[in-house]
Amino acid sequence: MRATCKRKGDTMTVSLSGELDQHGAAAVQDKLKACAEDEAVKKLVVDMSKVVFMDSSGIGALLGRYRTMSEKKGSMVLKNPSDQINKLLRMAGMAKLVEKN
Amino acid sequence: MENSMTMRFLALSGNESFARAVASAFFAQLDPTMAELADLKTAVSEAVTNCVVHAYGDDAPSNYITMAMTLKDNVATVVIEDTGRGIADVEQAKQPFFTSAPELERSGMGFSVMEAFMDSLTVESTVGKGTRVTMAKRVGGKNDERE
Repeated sequence: MRATCKRKGDTMTVSLSGELDQHGAAAVQDKLKACAEDEAVKKLVVDMSKVVFMDSSGIGALLGRYRTMSEKKGSMVLKNPSDQINKLLRMAGMAKLVEKN
Repeated sequence: MENSMTMRFLALSGNESFARAVASAFFAQLDPTMAELADLKTAVSEAVTNCVVHAYGDDAPSNYITMAMTLKDNVATVVIEDTGRGIADVEQAKQPFFTSAPELERSGMGFSVMEAFMDSLTVESTVGKGTRVTMAKRVGGKNDERE
């Protein structure tokens, strides 16, 4: 799992690629935290188009970042999750975070 | 069609992906749909991850998880077990969003996902001895149409 972060103004886009399981989530945890905790960031966009697998460990990681953004009155959006990942997000009550195309 | 396999691997997080790949390759024999295969892989991932994260504490890297799979007719069955600390209250552990490790950013959804994505789930555990998770899913149905 790899994470790259790009900030434009107060929007941070995090592009994830690979498998967001417990192993993958641990590998990118510090970077994801730093991206979300950046004081200048009000909106976190997580691009999931290259996430080929996710389980509930990925849900935990995303929820952690959602909490960070909520605490600073910011927002988080998930872009382009696969159908299987969408299924998990709906189970977790996170479907509303998915950007509609 | 009847087939079975058993394997044992260390309780390392890097083996979560390995276990999914093996499950995927084995269950492919049932000619599942993409969605069914994704469900099976995810459920296996949840059960294996529970062992990696919770079964052995700091001793995980030197302890093993066993995964056994059987195919019979159109039913895929997986048994994932450890010989770790066990679960004192299985019903509590199965509650949605319950986690015994909140400091690790765990969603507590592992068992919920297994229940949602598989047709059946049984959790047997003895404190101090280990935990066995058995899941089954009816797959495909194409086989019924074959001559």
